[in-house]
Amino acid sequence: MSTVAASTQFQSAEAPRTFKAAIVMGVFALVVFVAFGVFGKPDNVTFQWSKPDDVIHIPDFIVGSSLVGLAIGAILILIAAIVAVNASRRRRNPQWISLIFGFFAIIALLAWLAAGNAVPFAFILGNAIVLAVPIALGAMGGIMSERVGVVNIAIEGQLLTGAFLAAVVGSLTDSLLLGLVAAMVGAALLSMVLAAFAIKYLVDQIIVGVVLNVLVLGVTNFLYSQWLANDGERSNFPGTFDITPIPFLSDIPIIGPALFENRLTTYLAFIIIPVLWFFLFKTKLGLRARAVGEHPLAADTVGINVARTRFWWVTLGGVVAGLGGAALTIGSVGAFGRGMSGGQGFIALAVVILGRWHPFYAAAAALLFGFSIILRVWANQVSPGIPTDFITMVPYLVTLIAVVGFVGRVRAPAADGQPYIKG
Amino acid sequence: MKLELRGITKRFGTLVANDNINLVVKPGEIHSLLGENGAGKSTLMNVLYGLYAADGGEILLDDVVQNFKGPGDAMAAGIGMVHQHFMLIPVFTVAENVVLGNEPTSALGVLNLDEARKRVREISDRFGFDIDPDALVEDLPVGSQQRVEIIKALARNAKVLVLDEPTAVLTPQETDELMGIMRDLAKAGTSIVFITHKLREVQAVADRITVIRLGAVVGEAKPTDSAGSLATLMVGREVDLNVHKSKVSLGSSGLRVSGLTVVGDRHTKVVDDVSFDVRGGEILAIAGVQGNGQTELAEALVGLRTPSAGSIHLGELDITHSSVREVIDAGVGYIPEDRKKDGLVGDFTVAENFMLNKSYAPPFAKGISIDFANRDRLSDELISDFDVRTPGRETLAKQLSGGNQQKVVVARELSRDLSLLIASQPTRGVDVGSIEFIHEQIVATRDAGKPVVIISTELDEVTALADRIAVMYRGRIIGIVDGKESREKLGKMMAGVAV
Ligand SMILES: Nc1ncnc2c1ncn2[C@@H]1O[C@H](COP(=O)(O)OP(=O)(O)OP(=O)(O)O)[C@@H](O)[C@H]1O
Ligand SMILES: [Mg+2]
Repeated sequence: MSTVAASTQFQSAEAPRTFKAAIVMGVFALVVFVAFGVFGKPDNVTFQWSKPDDVIHIPDFIVGSSLVGLAIGAILILIAAIVAVNASRRRRNPQWISLIFGFFAIIALLAWLAAGNAVPFAFILGNAIVLAVPIALGAMGGIMSERVGVVNIAIEGQLLTGAFLAAVVGSLTDSLLLGLVAAMVGAALLSMVLAAFAIKYLVDQIIVGVVLNVLVLGVTNFLYSQWLANDGERSNFPGTFDITPIPFLSDIPIIGPALFENRLTTYLAFIIIPVLWFFLFKTKLGLRARAVGEHPLAADTVGINVARTRFWWVTLGGVVAGLGGAALTIGSVGAFGRGMSGGQGFIALAVVILGRWHPFYAAAAALLFGFSIILRVWANQVSPGIPTDFITMVPYLVTLIAVVGFVGRVRAPAADGQPYIKG
Repeated sequence: MKLELRGITKRFGTLVANDNINLVVKPGEIHSLLGENGAGKSTLMNVLYGLYAADGGEILLDDVVQNFKGPGDAMAAGIGMVHQHFMLIPVFTVAENVVLGNEPTSALGVLNLDEARKRVREISDRFGFDIDPDALVEDLPVGSQQRVEIIKALARNAKVLVLDEPTAVLTPQETDELMGIMRDLAKAGTSIVFITHKLREVQAVADRITVIRLGAVVGEAKPTDSAGSLATLMVGREVDLNVHKSKVSLGSSGLRVSGLTVVGDRHTKVVDDVSFDVRGGEILAIAGVQGNGQTELAEALVGLRTPSAGSIHLGELDITHSSVREVIDAGVGYIPEDRKKDGLVGDFTVAENFMLNKSYAPPFAKGISIDFANRDRLSDELISDFDVRTPGRETLAKQLSGGNQQKVVVARELSRDLSLLIASQPTRGVDVGSIEFIHEQIVATRDAGKPVVIISTELDEVTALADRIAVMYRGRIIGIVDGKESREKLGKMMAGVAV
């Protein structure tokens, strides 16, 4: 039996010759070069790397907007050319190339928008992160349930539940921590309902999810107008967690303040994302969870309890999503508003897919959405003439490049959404 | 460990798959279960393994009644099983699959993958399997997956080991090695239940044989009984174990493959400059150990893979870059090696599966709808011709026994006017009675003047059917010999010794 050739590997490797990435990048590079460079705005733009009160202050960098467009356009054309040469020599392009490309493209856009004005990096990045937290945590909850094979459409409802309970309980008990716990418990209970119906009674998971969303929206709307609207002082005035800078780390130039001058909810997200990754891919429990989501029958035959695994992962996913809801109220604005999750739960669903059911990629995707929200707000202030819809499009174009650049397979867990019926 | 099944009964709806079955396996015994496709062998073993809840009867281990709530309990009691349909997670590595459910961990439940790899290597070294612990299971051909499934069962040191058709896709040498392993384990006290349709194996390794038909035990047989009498006992009629072929009468040009090169999933040349001709009225067998490019070659022939060089001609027609649909329309029939993955839609009914390659043209299409009367007529005909044991044409394909699923695929592919037949492991898991019929059909296709390509690791099948044999090794054809070539020489060629 020693002659068995364990699959393939007969001849040296050859990458397929594909110019897809090079062409897309080339087109974008030309757009940047021409629109932001050749026909760009001559006014100066100020890159503010740090705030005036930062410990390490990097001086502002002032340069002509169209000059930035020309320079970056040239860099981008160079990157596209490298990618094309690699492709023609059948060499693989490293994934970070598309990330660098996207990064430079965005700088060029910022410089163009802020011509005659300033680009406040810390402000943009910090806000993008805060806005991304509820989406990211919702997505983590979604990953936790989809990885074991249960589609959770109810993330929206869980964010809303978390936001409501955090505000109300936090306000009534005057303890933000209790509010946080209430948010997690409430969303977890919602998950348990989904899990019970989907796993035990085999009701269609999508239908249960939709029903839960409608239910939560209705109940919170009702309570808001009947109760919170009249009694806001007492029951909807929780305040927010303090912004706690982390010593030393927050002094790192540019990214320090954005990352390490945040509220508890944001820090929790920073912890949960890598921990979830670690559990999913490095531990026994994660291996079993993924087995259940890929092939529940096979998992069953090695003694894994499919129903129990699904139930607990979905429930814990609810805890995380509830935390994301709390981030909407006591983690940022400090009060509950009618339907305030505003579709972020559905964005989280998209983020799960865009992030390939992977905590880090999903976190990056969530950040992209956070960035697109703040970019729209900021662009309105610095150059009021620009249609904001156009600006909103930008992060998605960047995503497009990133996705074209990535060559790997994107696949949902094989048993995602499928009930497991024992024989 | 002594295993005893008492009065096991299992029903699926109205179908009685196991009817009051009694079975005793003594410690250290290799006990063979024989029975036609759909007799209820796998069902019985799944009941034993705790996967199915029995409707009646009890399971005893060393005379103690067991109450299994699930496979976890059965495994804890010392039962291990190699499943007929592999229970492997495609996106996991070999090592992850082998340790799943029994993972080596360091502190805090962190997976110790080095230890997992070591376990895989230990077992594969002990039994002479060549398996890369870090390969993704989905990248492995079925033969290698079979080995992973065996390693997985052996890794748990079961005291009662159930092997449900473990040899269906192994080569003769591998089968011999596995039988050696079974003997060693039995000597050490493991009781083994061994299910197979290959009578030679039963004769070689079994201590006792129990025959099951239509869900009930119909008798015992001795390993010393002749293959013919075992076959008769199994299917209840005389079976002709030999294939009868008339002399070749070569027809016009058939399939012409020249310089075909295919780059595989890992960007290596898995089919490397392969050329051969198959004339009408001739069967060419492609023999070789699994994973030497046969799978990819077959897939390239039917348009599932794009060759990077070379050409494929069917008569005058160039089908090198044809789509699968064009290849089907050109009259190519294809039996894939992995019926579950590529051959069937498990959640479709038997009748719907029959329609997969026909639904879009008359007489099965009527405007934009399917002509259900024609479909049902053909389905019933195929079910009876190919002896598919199913409650009816409306049964879901995944509910059929393994061999019957195979028959559905074969029946679908052979029930068209063909200009070329490509069959990969056509009789995988099929009982002797049906092998006879399928072989007759393949020969009939050839006798009708069509070119036929058989891809098989089963040397018996290769030598029985082939007019010529091409041996593949590391992506190349290292020789084409006459169909009557000796097994020894073929074995050598399969190991890479050129002629
Ligand atoms: N999950 C299921 N649902 C309904 N019917 C089933 C199911 N599993 C098996 N059956 C039926 O039970 C009968 C016995 O099937 P089983 O798989 O035990 O046969 P087998 O003896 O293992 O055959 P083979 O040799 O083809 O593997 C068949 O008629 C099959 O259709
Ligand atoms: Mg079976």
